Amino acid sequence: MSVITLETVSRWYGNVVAVNGVSMTVRPGVTGLLGPNGAGKTTLIALMAGFLAPSAGTVTLDGVPIWRHTDAYRTIGLVPERELSFGYLTGRQFVRANAELHGLDAPGAATERALSIVDMTEPAARRIGTYSKGMRQRVKLASALVHDPGVLLLDEPFNGVDPRQRLHLMALLRQMGAEGRTVLFSSHILEEVEQVARQIEVVVSGRHAASGDFGQIRRLMTDRPVQYVVVTNDDRALASALIAEDAVVAVSLRRQGGVDVSVSDFGGFAVRLPRIARERGVRILELTPTDESLESVFSYLVER
Amino acid sequence: MNATILRLSAQALAGRRRGIVLMLIPGIVVLLAIVVSALTDDGQGYEAVANLGFTLALPIVALLAAAAVLGPEVDDGSIVYLLAKPVSRHSIAISKYAAAWGATIGLGALPLLVSGLVLEPSDPGRAFGWFAAGAVAGTAYSALFLALAALTRHAVVVGLLFALLWEGVLGNVLAGIRWVAIGAWGREVGAEISPLVGGAGTGLGYALIAAMVVTVGSVYFAGDRLRSFTLRGDE
Repeated sequence: MSVITLETVSRWYGNVVAVNGVSMTVRPGVTGLLGPNGAGKTTLIALMAGFLAPSAGTVTLDGVPIWRHTDAYRTIGLVPERELSFGYLTGRQFVRANAELHGLDAPGAATERALSIVDMTEPAARRIGTYSKGMRQRVKLASALVHDPGVLLLDEPFNGVDPRQRLHLMALLRQMGAEGRTVLFSSHILEEVEQVARQIEVVVSGRHAASGDFGQIRRLMTDRPVQYVVVTNDDRALASALIAEDAVVAVSLRRQGGVDVSVSDFGGFAVRLPRIARERGVRILELTPTDESLESVFSYLVER
Repeated sequence: MNATILRLSAQALAGRRRGIVLMLIPGIVVLLAIVVSALTDDGQGYEAVANLGFTLALPIVALLAAAAVLGPEVDDGSIVYLLAKPVSRHSIAISKYAAAWGATIGLGALPLLVSGLVLEPSDPGRAFGWFAAGAVAGTAYSALFLALAALTRHAVVVGLLFALLWEGVLGNVLAGIRWVAIGAWGREVGAEISPLVGGAGTGLGYALIAAMVVTVGSVYFAGDRLRSFTLRGDE
């Protein structure tokens, strides 16, 4: 079980601050590093992978600084966002070279095991240059898994991967986390992070904006009205009941059917809504949060 | 030394278009020797061919080889796949150097021997002199250019300026440059075997030590640069 610890880490390039005073602890299980493009996710992963020296603060793996600590790579598996430029090698040759560089006793067996984990045994005889984006992504993952690492760092692993392979990759990461590995992946897409990670670290403009599971992060924003659309079999009856509630700030009927509800306390609202519906004999057909997008989370966190 | 890195570097050299260009240069030198020897009497035109092979072809081969084993991987960041391993950075640099050195000797220095033997079969000593000059200079060139490739993404341009402008043009005009010109050190060693190579006058001891210092220092520097390799995002 490995733990990565960042203590008040900053990284700047000249006058540009890429990461600003970030402290976080990445524990076993899957952690999602969430943030818009340019937030500093890649910089953070480079810091955690020992490919960037912090300008200030410390980055440690199990208490040992990672920068210039070559032996740390026995524990770390890294899947960078960078494309593979080893197009002249076959997938198998590439993964095997990684196994050899790790000095594994049986590099051939480790190669086959890693290839089968990512479901790439069959195309492994082809040159990487002929692979699709998703296949290259999986070969990268195989090369990072070949030494059975305790820590797995992945930079935007789902980018450009088709939906079926995405599900496969997500299941794989969940499994790695369940096995007790410390898995951290970055993404700018909320749905991806939610599906794989319970623990979420949000970075915005190089700052550590929030930390916790997604529900916690949402609860940080309870003082902000949250919008829902409720579709029922009797919208007007529900609307008249909702406006009497303390948690509800505004109600309006939608022309095409459904009620727009603005809620100040969504915890209270979540408890009250089913009760009101039952009391009034209204059937709720649909309940959708309308601003549950990452952008609204980010803009809120930045303003806060 | 790491056998896997050496193998990957050799594959990087052989693959891609660079491999063809690398093969083409010694081909031209040897072909030129064959044409010259067919059209002229024994030994004529020797100096011109040897000069071309030594002052132009050899550094270019060394430059292309050194840049090919390291440059593209550093430029596009994919060297991170090799560096995310518990392997000493100096061992990676030495392995990459070994691949570049092998190519430089085989495709830069060896053609000097072959073309020398073609041009003047009666004096193999002279050909071996040029080969020794090429081997010593090639050893230092490939190390220096490897360090350049680790330092800057403009290694090929900087390397060409060094080989052609500094050593070639200025080296001919300003005699003092022989003290800091790899080509001059190589000639000095070659002249020990055959005076016809034409030593630069630095003395054999200085030439050998200077070549060694540049070689060891450059490979060490390349390894040190790899230790500090920084991964940059696209953001």
